[in-house]
Amino acid sequence: MDAILRFFRKLWLLIRRERFHDELAEEMAFHREQVEKEFCAEGMSSEAARYAALRQFGNATRIKEQSHEMVGFHLEVILQDFRFAIRQLRKNPGFALTAIFVLALGFCASVSIFAFVDAALLKPLPYPDPTRLVNVTESAALLPIANLSYPDYLDWKKVNTVFSSVDVHTGRGFLLTTPTGAEVVSGASVSDGFFRTLGIPPVLGRDFYSGEDLPNAPQAVILSYAAWQRRFGERSDVIGQAITLDGGANTIVGVLPEDFEFAPQGRAEFWTTYHPSHGCALRRGCHNLQGVARLKDGVSIQAAAAEMRLIASALEKQYPDTNRGQGASVLPLSEVIVGDIRPILLALLGGAGLLLLIASLNVSSLLLVRSESRKREIAVRSALGASFARLVRQFVTDGMLLVVSSGVLGLLLAGWSMQLLTTLIPVNMLARMPYLRGLHLNLHVLIFAGAISLLAAVLFSVTPMVRLRLGELREGLTEGGRGSAGTLWRRFGSNLVVVELAIAMVLLVGAGLLGQSLYRLLHVELGFQPDHLATLDVAVPGSSYSKNEQLVVLHRQILSSVSSLPGVKSVATAMQPPVSGNGNTLWIRFVGRPYDGKHNEVNQRDVSSGYFTTLKARLLRGRYFNETDDASKPGVVIINQALARRYFPGEDPLGKKIGDIDLSTVSIKEIIGIVEDIREGSLDSEIWPAVYFPENQVPDSYFSIIVRTSQDEQSIFPALTAAIRQIDPGIATTNQGTMSERIDDSPSAYLHRSSAWLVGSFAAMALLLGVVGLYGVIAYSVSQRTREIGVRMALGAQRRSVYQLILKEAGSLTALGIVIGLIGSVAAAALMRGLLFGVRSWDAPTLAAVAVVLALFALLASFFPARRAASVDPVEALRAE
Amino acid sequence: MPKKPDLLPGTLDMLILKTLTRGPQHGYGIALSIRHLSQDFLTVEEGSLYPALQRLLVQGWVKAEWKKTETNRRARFYTLTPQGRKQLGLELSEFEQMIAAIGRVLQKA
Repeated sequence: MDAILRFFRKLWLLIRRERFHDELAEEMAFHREQVEKEFCAEGMSSEAARYAALRQFGNATRIKEQSHEMVGFHLEVILQDFRFAIRQLRKNPGFALTAIFVLALGFCASVSIFAFVDAALLKPLPYPDPTRLVNVTESAALLPIANLSYPDYLDWKKVNTVFSSVDVHTGRGFLLTTPTGAEVVSGASVSDGFFRTLGIPPVLGRDFYSGEDLPNAPQAVILSYAAWQRRFGERSDVIGQAITLDGGANTIVGVLPEDFEFAPQGRAEFWTTYHPSHGCALRRGCHNLQGVARLKDGVSIQAAAAEMRLIASALEKQYPDTNRGQGASVLPLSEVIVGDIRPILLALLGGAGLLLLIASLNVSSLLLVRSESRKREIAVRSALGASFARLVRQFVTDGMLLVVSSGVLGLLLAGWSMQLLTTLIPVNMLARMPYLRGLHLNLHVLIFAGAISLLAAVLFSVTPMVRLRLGELREGLTEGGRGSAGTLWRRFGSNLVVVELAIAMVLLVGAGLLGQSLYRLLHVELGFQPDHLATLDVAVPGSSYSKNEQLVVLHRQILSSVSSLPGVKSVATAMQPPVSGNGNTLWIRFVGRPYDGKHNEVNQRDVSSGYFTTLKARLLRGRYFNETDDASKPGVVIINQALARRYFPGEDPLGKKIGDIDLSTVSIKEIIGIVEDIREGSLDSEIWPAVYFPENQVPDSYFSIIVRTSQDEQSIFPALTAAIRQIDPGIATTNQGTMSERIDDSPSAYLHRSSAWLVGSFAAMALLLGVVGLYGVIAYSVSQRTREIGVRMALGAQRRSVYQLILKEAGSLTALGIVIGLIGSVAAAALMRGLLFGVRSWDAPTLAAVAVVLALFALLASFFPARRAASVDPVEALRAE
Repeated sequence: MPKKPDLLPGTLDMLILKTLTRGPQHGYGIALSIRHLSQDFLTVEEGSLYPALQRLLVQGWVKAEWKKTETNRRARFYTLTPQGRKQLGLELSEFEQMIAAIGRVLQKA
C-alpha cells in the first residue's frame, strides 16, 4: 500500500517536474537569504555575508540533483545515461563500429552453435517421457551396437521383466509402383507396437493393430506426413487406399504427425509391419533389426542392461551355433541418436566460446584505451560533483548499450547463419539428424544469448571501473598523461593481449589438427581409384525375377548394355559400392581346421567379374573372377588382405576352402585370389576382413552399378538410367552419385569437414582479433612513450635501438602468449582427441607451424607502430608537451 | 573554526520529524531549531537537509505548503502527517534502545 502511494507521489512530482525544480530553487534561495541575514546580524558586511552563506550552502546544483534523485525515478536517470552513452558512441564511430561488429561476430558464432547444441543435445527427444526410451540391440566383438535377429527379439520380448514394451524397426527400400513406372522409396518395417512404444499415435487413421505383424496378417502401411503431403496431396480418403510396394498389395491405414521424427529411420516415408514370413526373419543368426523399448517404472538402464545380458548369455548356451559371442546392449535412445555428433558439437561450442571471449577481451581493451582518453572528462565530472556511484552507473550504461546493440545484431546474424548452416548439411545427413530441422531462435537460445550478454555487460562495466579505481581521479585534471595510470594501463592491457594471443593459438591449433584430420581422411588409402566412377543403385522387382537364373541373365544384360554406352570404359555391379559402410557380414569357417565355435565375422560382398578391374583395385595373388564362374562351376571367392593376414598368417590362402559355420556343402568355396584391401566401410573405420563372391553364383535383386567413364562421370546418368529402363521399366534406380561425391558427402567426411571449416573460421577471426589487439597495445604504448622516445633519441639513441625497444615489447608479449597458448592447445587437443583422425593430439609440426604463423602476424602488427616510433622527430616530441 | 561533529548516521530524519512536532516549519527554520535545541552542537548541512525533506515528502511522513512568514516572505512550510508521527515514535524507540545498548556496553567494558 505504502509502496503504491509512494509511486503515485513520485509520479505526481515527475509530472510537475518544472514546478518541483522552481519550488526547490525558491526554497533554497530563501534559506540562503536567511543565513545571509544571520551573518549580517553578526556584523559582516553584506558582500562578505553573501559569500559566506554561499560557501556554507555548498554546491546548490548537487543538492538539487540529490533532492531530485530522492524523488525521481531511476528510469529517468538511466534514460539520461543512455542518451549520453549514445552521444559518446556517435562521437566516436570508429570505436563504436569496431566494438559492435567484433562483439556481434562473437555473439553470432556462440549463439548459432548453441542453437545446434540445444537442438541436438539439450532438447529432449520428441516423445512422451523420452528418458524411459532405450535402444536395445545385440552386441558382437566387431560391433558393440550390432543388430538384433528376429528369433532373438521374440525371446527377449517374452522373457524380459524390465521393459513395458519392446519393439523392432529396420530400414529398407521399397519398390513403389506408380503410374509412371517403378520408384525406389525409403521405408521402414516395424513390429506392431512400435508407435505405441514411442508414444506417438497417427494423426489420421489408426495405428497398427497388435498382431498385425504376424506372418499371415494383411499388409498395412502408415505414411509419413511428408509422403502424405507430397504423394497423396493431403487427401483424407487415402485411408483404406491400396498401394503396391515390392509388387504386393498394401493398405494405407494411417498418417503420422507432421512433427514426428525418428532419427534412426529418418528418411522413411512408408512404414509397414515387419512380416517374419521368410528369409532372414526365420534365422537366428541373421541380424537385421534394431530394438527400441520403454523401461518399466523404477527400472534403471543399468538394471535393464544387466538383465538383457543374462538373457543373451542364456540364449548363447541354448543356441551356441548362432548366438556365440552375441551379447546385449541397452543404451538411452538419445545416446544412439546424438552420441556421435556430441563431441563435435561440444568442440564447436568450445571454439565459439573462445572466439566470443577473445572478442570480448578485444572490446575490453578498446574500452580501456577509451577510458584512458576519457580520463579528463571523468575527472571533470567528478570534480563537478558526480559521485563514484554516478560515474559507475555511466560506465554500466555504456557497457549495456554496447552489449545490447551488438547482441541484437549478433542475434540477427545468428538467425541467418543458422539457416545457412542447416542448408549446408547434405540431405542424407539431415535425414539422419531430423532434430536439426526447423532450427530457429527459440526460448533456450534467447536465454543463452541473454546470459552471455549479461556476462559481457558485466565485463564491460567492470573494465573501465578498474581503471577508475586504480587511477587517482584528480590526476586526470593535472596536465599530461605521464602519470602512473599510463603504465598501469599498459600492464593491464598487455595482459589482455597475452590472453587473446593464447586463445588465438588454441583455436589455430584446433583448426590445424582438424584440417589435417580432414586431409588425412580424404586421402586415406582407398584401395581403388575413386575418380571417374559413377554409381547408381538398382532395385529389381522380386515378382518378375524370382529365380537366380533370371537375375544372372538380367545382370549380364545390364552389364552388356551399359558397357556399350558412349564414354563408358568399364562397368561392374556389386551388392553395395565401396565406402558405403561395413556390415552385411557373414560368419566363416575354414575347411580342414578344427572349429572352436567362434564367430569369424567378415564383410560379404557379391560382385560381378569386372568389379576389381573397374575399381582399379590391385590383385595381390591368384586371379580375378571371370564370366564363366557361374552356378555350373565350383564355388569360388576372393578375399582381401586383411582376411589373409588375420586368418592365414604365414600361410598361402590360395586354394584353401571356406564355408559357413555348419560347413554345409553349398557354402564351401575355394579361395582363388587375394586383393589389396578395398575400403568398404566409412573413411575413418578400420578395414574388416572381406570375402567377395561372384555375382553369377550368388546374384542380388538390389545392387549398385559402378561405371568408370572416360569423360565427366556426372554426365553418364541420363544415358545410364535410360539404358536400364529400356531393359525393363519395372526396374527402379536410385541414389545416383559419383564416387567422389559419395566420399566427400559421407558422414565421416562431412562431420570432419564441417568441424574443420567452422573451427578454421573461428581461428581466422581469433587470429585477426588477437593481432589487432596486439597492434592496439603496441600502438598505444608508442603514443604514450613518444616523449620518452624523443628524449632517448635526443640523447643519441639510434633508430635501430628504438625499433628494438618496441619490437622487444611486442616480442615478449607474443612469446608469452604463444607459450601459454601452447599449453592450452595441448590440453584442448587432448580433449578433442576423439575427433582427430590420423594425427596425434600433440602434433609437433602443427604446434610449431601455428606458433610461427602467430609470431609472423604479431611481428607484422608491431612493425608499423615500431616504425612510427622510430620516425619520431626528437625536437617535435620534446616540444609537443 | 573547530570542526563541528557530524550527525549520527540515520538520525537526521528523526531530528527533522521531532522538530516538526512543535508545529509547521520551513527548511531554514528546521535547521535553526536543530542548532538551537542542541545548543549549537549539531549543524544540519543544507546539502543533507533538502534531499532528506524530499525523501520524507515521498514517504508521506511530512506534507508541504507555501505560506507567509512573520516577515511576510513566501516560504515552504513542512507539517508532520499522522504517518510521520507514527514513524517518529518508531525511530525514537529504536534510537533509545540503541543508546541504552551502547550505554550498557560502555559501562561494562
